[in-house]
Amino acid sequence: MSIRRTMATARRVLTQLRHDPRTIALLLVVPAMLMTLLAWILDDANWQRYAPGLLGIFPMLVMFLVTSVATLRERTSGTLERLLSMPMSKADFVVGYALAFGILATIQGIIVGGLCFTLLGLSMQGPTSLVLMVAVLDGLLGTAMGLFVSAFAQTEFQAVQFMPVALLPQFLLCGLIVPTDQLPSVLKFISTLLPLTYAFEAMQKLARNATVSSGFWADVAILVAMAVALLAAGTATLRRRTV
Amino acid sequence: MFDVAVRVSDLVVERGPVAALADISVNIASGRITGLLGPSGSGKSTLMRAIVGVQVVTSGSVTVLGLPAGEAELRSRVGYVTQAPSVYRDLTVRENLSYFQTIVGADPSDVDRVLEAVDLASVHKRLVKTLSGGQESRVSLATALLGKPELLILDEPTVGLDPVLRRDLWGLFHSLADSGLSLLVSSHVMDEASRCHDLLLMREGRLLAHGTESELLTKTSAPDIESAFLSLVDGHAA
Repeated sequence: MSIRRTMATARRVLTQLRHDPRTIALLLVVPAMLMTLLAWILDDANWQRYAPGLLGIFPMLVMFLVTSVATLRERTSGTLERLLSMPMSKADFVVGYALAFGILATIQGIIVGGLCFTLLGLSMQGPTSLVLMVAVLDGLLGTAMGLFVSAFAQTEFQAVQFMPVALLPQFLLCGLIVPTDQLPSVLKFISTLLPLTYAFEAMQKLARNATVSSGFWADVAILVAMAVALLAAGTATLRRRTV
Repeated sequence: MFDVAVRVSDLVVERGPVAALADISVNIASGRITGLLGPSGSGKSTLMRAIVGVQVVTSGSVTVLGLPAGEAELRSRVGYVTQAPSVYRDLTVRENLSYFQTIVGADPSDVDRVLEAVDLASVHKRLVKTLSGGQESRVSLATALLGKPELLILDEPTVGLDPVLRRDLWGLFHSLADSGLSLLVSSHVMDEASRCHDLLLMREGRLLAHGTESELLTKTSAPDIESAFLSLVDGHAA
């Protein structure tokens, strides 16, 4: 792996986005718009209850979509094959993407978080910096999942349709709709395998407790481990030789 | 005799039930332009991919510049241009080349050199998607020229180019060969044969013939390569 090639890849991905202002606008505005809508339709008690979880879910959703389509494009346009026939390691490629989208996830988190904590009156007990950290981590998890899933899609059309497959079950099981300890035992077990469960749980802990518990850091550690594992799995799907 | 840049031995590539390459053995000379001619579907691209090391092969061996094809060290010594231009269409010409220049580890000034070489300096600020097809494929070609490749594998680099540009590109290929590079250039247009030092004729995954243009014409007593090709196909069928 080389820092120079990884950074060049991250810079290149961001340059591509810069040439596509509409995508940037969608990435940054849509989550903010959805949170505004949510604040509007819910009464304050429910808003305070649901918003922290969703603050962690939107970045994952958006980043999943962007990454799966972007990497699929690299596979189908031949640029990935070209890069892998050059002196470039697979890790340069994957970490380059993760860095670029991580930066984007950070900006997105600042905008959505800023909006929620000011105009939309969300109050969370835990430190704001940790809320942002979890939101960025969720965005990275979305990137990692998108990268992995794009290996199984042959067209952009399929890649987009993997989103409900990969994310909606997690959304239903993460604890947002029914607390995980009230789920049937099979589903409860499955929920412990899904990254979104820990993302949701970490946000809930930040919402309720002013002091940061070791349970929170355990959730964060699991999230990081899952993101790294998924990125490694995504890396393994890149092939220098194809049929 | 010439030194060997690429040595292909008993190469077989099967794709499903069909053999994309059926037992190919050939030595490609170094410092020369070898034209790989054959109709579309004859296995030209598959042979090129096997030489670059991006093709899963069934059996046989490919040695490139003395190393097994696909070896990590070869990645900076072999330049490869696919038939479909593989560059980022949503970046400008210069942004593409600057990125690949960093990946190859070439000097930043190399970008201007290759822009001149493929005659794209005047459009370097344009997004690739706004270029014509011919210009886009030259961006892809320019990418392969970055750094110091010793072997260039070019899959149909002159398709769709106007005659003046085609002549200029062949001029570029010859000056590269004169400076010691080995080139393997594929084409389905037989009239490009006269621009190559050596020719490989392929059909249906098999090698029909290998030699200089005049050797092939003498052997088949044909007036041009197109007729030579036909006579070789008939000879094989008989």
